[in-house]
Amino acid sequence: MTGSNRTSFPFSAIVGQDDMKLALLLAAIDPAIGGVLIFGDRGTGKSTAIRALAALLPPMKAVANCPHACEPGRPAGFCTHCNAPSLSAKAARTVQVPVPVVDLPLGATEDRVVGSLDLEKALTRGEKAFQPGLLARAHRGFLYIDEANLLEDHLVDVLLDVAASGENVVAREGLSVRHPARFVLVGSGNPEEGELRPQLLDRFGLSVDVTTPTDIPTRVDVIKRRDAFDRDAEGFTAFWKAEEDKLRKRLVTARKRLATVATPDAALMRAAELCLHLGTDGLRGELTLMRTARALCAFEGAKAVGDKQIRAIAPMALRHRLRRNPLDESRATSRVERALSEIFGP
Amino acid sequence: MNRGQPSHAPTAWELALHAAAIFAVAPQAVGGVRLRGAAGPVRDAWIAAVRRALPPAACVRRLPSGIGDGRLLGGLDLAATLRTGQPVAERGILAEADLGVLIMPMAERTGAATAARIASAMDMGSVTTERDGITATNHARFGVIALDEGLDDEERPPPALLERLGLILDFRALSHRDVADTPENAMVCDPQRITAARQSLGAVQVDVTIVTALCAAAHAMGIFGLRAAQQAVQAALVLAALAGRDTVSDADAAMAAMLVLAPRATQIPAASEQQPTQEEQDEATPDAQGKSQEEPASSAENQEQHQPTQPLEDVVLDAALAAMPAGLLALLKTAGADQFPKMAGRAGQAQASASRGRIIGARAGDLRSGARLDVVETLRCAAPWQRLRRNENPDSVSGRGVAIRREDFRIARYKQRTQTTTIFVVDASGSSALQRLAEAKGAVRLLLADCYVRRDEVAMIAFRGQTAEVILPPTRALARAQRALAALPGGGGTPIALGVDAAVMLVDSVRRGGRAPTVVFMTDGRANVCRNGSGGRAAAQEEAMAAAKTLRLRQCATILIDTSPQPQKLAAELALSMGAHYVPLPQANAQRVADAVMRIQAEAAPARTQGVAA
Repeated sequence: MTGSNRTSFPFSAIVGQDDMKLALLLAAIDPAIGGVLIFGDRGTGKSTAIRALAALLPPMKAVANCPHACEPGRPAGFCTHCNAPSLSAKAARTVQVPVPVVDLPLGATEDRVVGSLDLEKALTRGEKAFQPGLLARAHRGFLYIDEANLLEDHLVDVLLDVAASGENVVAREGLSVRHPARFVLVGSGNPEEGELRPQLLDRFGLSVDVTTPTDIPTRVDVIKRRDAFDRDAEGFTAFWKAEEDKLRKRLVTARKRLATVATPDAALMRAAELCLHLGTDGLRGELTLMRTARALCAFEGAKAVGDKQIRAIAPMALRHRLRRNPLDESRATSRVERALSEIFGP
Repeated sequence: MNRGQPSHAPTAWELALHAAAIFAVAPQAVGGVRLRGAAGPVRDAWIAAVRRALPPAACVRRLPSGIGDGRLLGGLDLAATLRTGQPVAERGILAEADLGVLIMPMAERTGAATAARIASAMDMGSVTTERDGITATNHARFGVIALDEGLDDEERPPPALLERLGLILDFRALSHRDVADTPENAMVCDPQRITAARQSLGAVQVDVTIVTALCAAAHAMGIFGLRAAQQAVQAALVLAALAGRDTVSDADAAMAAMLVLAPRATQIPAASEQQPTQEEQDEATPDAQGKSQEEPASSAENQEQHQPTQPLEDVVLDAALAAMPAGLLALLKTAGADQFPKMAGRAGQAQASASRGRIIGARAGDLRSGARLDVVETLRCAAPWQRLRRNENPDSVSGRGVAIRREDFRIARYKQRTQTTTIFVVDASGSSALQRLAEAKGAVRLLLADCYVRRDEVAMIAFRGQTAEVILPPTRALARAQRALAALPGGGGTPIALGVDAAVMLVDSVRRGGRAPTVVFMTDGRANVCRNGSGGRAAAQEEAMAAAKTLRLRQCATILIDTSPQPQKLAAELALSMGAHYVPLPQANAQRVADAVMRIQAEAAPARTQGVAA
């Protein structure tokens, strides 16, 4: 009954969890924000939201038959398909493909993540061919790690390296392959199962905490919608289609508008002030803060970044970058909020 | 229309049979069953009842303990690959259990990693394999029967799994005499009735008042996750289908609450005159961050429907209360508002990480020294040469098999990283002032902050008065440690022997889990309470020294931090008896304690690695 993976639950039908939904939308508007980490209780719809996002995203343009799904007119530097001199105009035609949202399943082995020798071709034809892994498949899309804190260390290392460089270098089994792998990292996890390494934490642009709704009407709503979806996924999706289309349109408009959003010096000053006050290490915090504020402007239709946008997104952009003080019991979110009210006034 | 539902209050066994029927109708809808209790006739009878009720075609798979990912999720079928000369995928046990039941024996030993894989398959209804060069997605729609033989609440299956098992049955207090073979009981799990219910389930409707009542009951009983309420609704739907109704009745909801909600209660429902709505409004503000306000329309609509349901809510709550074991009620009363049930299920996880270690790669080598062949890597090495070898030697390679030569062999390299568990044994008695307790807590937190980088664990035992208890079971979750430490009381006598005994037990259990324990005592060494609770300084001291020797026999890194204002001879002697480093720290502060522990762990590291490798 539950867990049909044919149709995914509509994004707009997710009850509450506004922080999580906003963070995912902003990361989809500007991939440069650098992904989202969702930390929270079990059964709060983390996985549902990410799978729903996949269905919400508008299809993207890609060069037909390109193994890396290169953007038309902007081939990746080492894509042999698109840079081949023999590539005819006809072969380079553009197709619409769905944005890849790739699951990194628990227990995936390294060879499937980075790619490796194609066993089938090697065994049957004696050919040395490269079989691309999950990183290649996630190029230009999303890579989703459920239970990120249970991920094996060596896979974390690979991910960090690829996420930072935007390309995957494979040198194993006598192969030497480079391919582009630019993706938005989305992770989820449960704090009960242990912490995430600080290096991986910092790699995520945004981080949100999700909690189980405690008021009964909301809880009833969640269960009612889930039940309706489980009974008749098609009908439920059709019912929410108008909402989904509206949201998709907003997303597309926001992406177009993103480049036109102005960033006044005053806003940059504010961001710097906030980061200094909180003592966040490095520039990544400030960059993410500005990018996210811009994405929010584009989403809301505002022309320039103002205090309102910075305030709205500062907790999700900064809360995982605070220097950890194990003796300070206050939650990171409240520390950011305190700093916000000190700088911006109540 | 009261088929199969007794008019009197159901006995535990009858309730269990109803659970069996619910599970047999829709294993996947309720997730599964957590069956507490040791192996025995009651458990066997129950499983037999489920098996009879399941459709004959449904496969029942038993999950071997310590299963590897290859078998669990699927991967390369080696035999077939070698035979046919081309990669053949093999389905894992999760995919094999599709449309059937997965039985997990000794579920309390399951590791968090295995549990997460099973949980993900349960959520998706399918299992995705990305292993050994194979990419495949298979259906995996199964229900789980977790046989939980944990002795106490600390020993339990991982929370990720427990969350998804809707039904909880406790057979620990049942004997085979309780298994009544009456015709009514046989009727409950009658295959025909089950089959009929399975067919009519899709058409059963549930009214919003019932959903609201179950949600409210869950809330009143302190069940915070959303899954439990959802599972209760599912169970109620199945019960209605079993009774041949097309809508869920109040009685169905009551029985669902008994089976799903009652065993999960973490608090006694507030007195019935107290309106749950009021209470929840107050709580909602800090926790839900005003989410309810943001949806005024739906809230208001639900509120209206919510008000007149009070009686039904009471019915559901009363039913659930009646099903709660008396002992649990008493426990909850004394425990007060302990919102968060303790989490556990680590024993198995530690086992897995220790016995095998992590494969960090493969190297060329031969198999003489009992090394483990990395078959997939070996195949990869052999693969490019197949055609060449076949041409070279057309006679010796028969058919389409794979020609593997000695130089292809790749040996798996393991990285056996010893993970430590630092066990703090803290004197929480009156003679050690409260302030030291605070410093000990601070040191635990500092070490934990350092630990999460190395994946090490911290545990804490406190002894005072006449008891020594593990207040923080081994963990590396900072959040959890802080909760456990927040409520650590102090005062009373000093039963050092008890503290040492508790430490010895924990050292053994940590060792069984394959981790290296370090014990840190924080005491002034002045024992004044014996094991049996009687006073007497001399006798207590003698017991403490004797206990210390048993710890010494364990030969684990031990530190005794003397917390008295002046270094004590007694503490030094105790340290000597337990073979501990003696560290007088009169002004022990959290940072210095943490530093001392890290220093000694670093010194002990080489010896520890050898010990594990041997």
